[in-house]
Amino acid sequence: MATTIMSDPNPTREALDERASTDPGGRYLDTIHSWIVTVDHKKIGIMYICYALVFLLIAGMQAMVIRIQLAIPHNTFVSPFTYNRVFTMHGTTMVFLVGMPILFGFGNYLLPLMLGVRDMAFPRLNAFSFWISAFAGAFLYFSFIGGAGLAGTGTAPDVGWFAYAPLTEKAFSPGHTVDYWALALILNGIGSIGTAVNLFTTVFCMRCKGMTLLRIPLLGWIYATTAFLVLVAIGPLTAAQIMLLIDRYLGGHFFDTQMGGSAILWAHFFWIFGHPEVYILVLPAFGFANEIIPVFSRKAIFGYPAMVAATAGVAFISSGVWAHHMFTMGMTSFGNTFFTLSTMLVSIPTGIKVFNWIATMWGGKIRLTVPMLFSIAFLFQWLTAGLTGIMLSVSAWNWQLHNSYFVVAHFHYVLVGAILFMVFAAFYYWYPKMTGRMLNERLGKWHFWTMVVGFHLTFDFMHIPGLLGMPRQIYTYEPNRGWTGWNEIVTLGTFVQAIAIGIFVYNLVHSYFQGEVAGPDPWDAWTLEWSTQSPPPEYNFAVDPIVASRRPLWDLKHPEDPDSAFE
Amino acid sequence: MSTAALLHIDNDPIWQLPSRGRVGMACVILAESAVFTIFVVAYIYYIGRDVNGPKPQDVLKPPIFGTICLLSSSFFIWLAERAIERGRMQAFRFYWAVTTMLGALFLADTGVEWRKLLTQDHLTISTNLFGTTFYSLVGLHASHVIVGLLLLSVTLVAALTNKLTPAHSERVQVLALYWHFVDAVWVVVFTVVYLVSAR
Repeated sequence: MATTIMSDPNPTREALDERASTDPGGRYLDTIHSWIVTVDHKKIGIMYICYALVFLLIAGMQAMVIRIQLAIPHNTFVSPFTYNRVFTMHGTTMVFLVGMPILFGFGNYLLPLMLGVRDMAFPRLNAFSFWISAFAGAFLYFSFIGGAGLAGTGTAPDVGWFAYAPLTEKAFSPGHTVDYWALALILNGIGSIGTAVNLFTTVFCMRCKGMTLLRIPLLGWIYATTAFLVLVAIGPLTAAQIMLLIDRYLGGHFFDTQMGGSAILWAHFFWIFGHPEVYILVLPAFGFANEIIPVFSRKAIFGYPAMVAATAGVAFISSGVWAHHMFTMGMTSFGNTFFTLSTMLVSIPTGIKVFNWIATMWGGKIRLTVPMLFSIAFLFQWLTAGLTGIMLSVSAWNWQLHNSYFVVAHFHYVLVGAILFMVFAAFYYWYPKMTGRMLNERLGKWHFWTMVVGFHLTFDFMHIPGLLGMPRQIYTYEPNRGWTGWNEIVTLGTFVQAIAIGIFVYNLVHSYFQGEVAGPDPWDAWTLEWSTQSPPPEYNFAVDPIVASRRPLWDLKHPEDPDSAFE
Repeated sequence: MSTAALLHIDNDPIWQLPSRGRVGMACVILAESAVFTIFVVAYIYYIGRDVNGPKPQDVLKPPIFGTICLLSSSFFIWLAERAIERGRMQAFRFYWAVTTMLGALFLADTGVEWRKLLTQDHLTISTNLFGTTFYSLVGLHASHVIVGLLLLSVTLVAALTNKLTPAHSERVQVLALYWHFVDAVWVVVFTVVYLVSAR
């Protein structure tokens, strides 16, 4: 019995029931059943992605509500209570139910294909991780109907996505709203850790013959590093949530300031998780750029070993910068200096990456397809986000702008300008592999340019009210602050972005039925996923591939000049 | 040029990858270590910050017996690992049973200690910061011991009913890795709780 759990090399072979295909009702049920019981990494990957897309739309609508409320002073579009719930759920959803699942989805789908194997290291653990995360998402949103707080005021959590103590203690947040938040994140964390174990183990223990560590596509290194960060960072969040629940249910005093507990300790624990989390989200975006930019520049990636080292450097340094979120809470001057310097250090490995991407494009035959357009925009926007990051890392500057809209603009520049843009690039690049059909290029260009205009309208101009002193998480503001015009532009930008997302969703659905048939290798790419059919069969590769270089398909297409001759 | 690539493959040594079980368990241990670290940090941070008693130095006595049991169980599980690797199933069953028993004795010792703390010293999880941090840190470790004991017992039953064979040696070693981790954590918890805070 136990032998089947770990050592079965080909875990997924679904037997299709031929009889069912005559009865449409039965066929649909069978299809649903096959997705629910699947342990195939491709199906789980797609489920992760769809799950994240649904929550992307929900949290996007919450962002619209926030922006409509803030468009003009003294607005009463929603009540203050609703507003608090909306921005809390927007942040929590985007980080935990959109960002991580969509990246796990791509990782799940792509890694075994890129490494030339038939599934992840632990297929059942994979399914378990997805379903427990899915349950966590449903559980969090159930709080809208189940989480009664103060009479009539609290349903969904309303304590901000970082849920600072002691606001979350029983005395200040009665009812169950905070419990839904904490329990949902614990469950989601179990799923994330399971997936991280799987991703890490897959990269190191599941490689086709000849795929040595320095021949893994860079995306593999990226996901191994991300998985490592998940393992290191999610634990502290889980521990802090357990402490919070002990406080709320067993009368503990971890964050109870009246009994000597410390609210600042919560902030430390949360940001020990929270800052690596940023890199958990952004590293896969880097990974997509590592795969997409070379293919559309028609050159091998520049500085592969430097990229691997820079990735590890980002992971290492980002684990020691968390208190730059806490400069205004009062630290010693040593603490201020340390966290300022460590934060600035992150710009060295990320700078190496940016230079390597530019060097990859330099002298290449650049093809301006939609994935490449998104990647180029990513380069500019990531650079800008990094520059405001350096500004904010200086503790003296941070004291002026902490918790202002400048900070909000900075991290949305990372999350939207870098991560979301690269996720879009990844969609345009790998959608043909996943569905067998190309996404419409013309709609894609509309999507891209609308998104660029909307993004810059929103987040460029959001810096200015921040500099003028507008704090984050406020319900409304006075008309005489000079913030009104800027906020109107920002809100206008979100509507433009909404149109862009609308085009994208239409493109996803439209191209699924009407798109051009892709064939196995529409981009003339070089990594192993393009050597099998689109979409790949359940077993991925009919014959286990053998590789001799970092670009096995280049070797196959150019036997006169293979990469392997130069290794 | 193309032959160079093929030659390269032919000359490769046998394609061997690290064991999935060991790497996976190492990942789990890393994640668990992060959880424990946070609880240990909280415990250390709150030493001496109580606004009311009892204090650790008044009520805590180092659980020497339980500690000896738990730490020596690591030795016996190592003997069991060696035995199954060499196919000596009789010895394996014996050492594995001893390991399980020692783990259970540790848990019983913790139970006795908690009973004394609760009934004689009136220290509960909500009494003060010491109670909160003590019960959650030691409890977190004890819950890991319980999980370990469940896994050990299942393996023991499989071994006694001859379902376990030397072919399962690697899995047994992966499980033993977890048990070693639980022991190593106890060294940290013991030092912090009974040696540092109860000084």
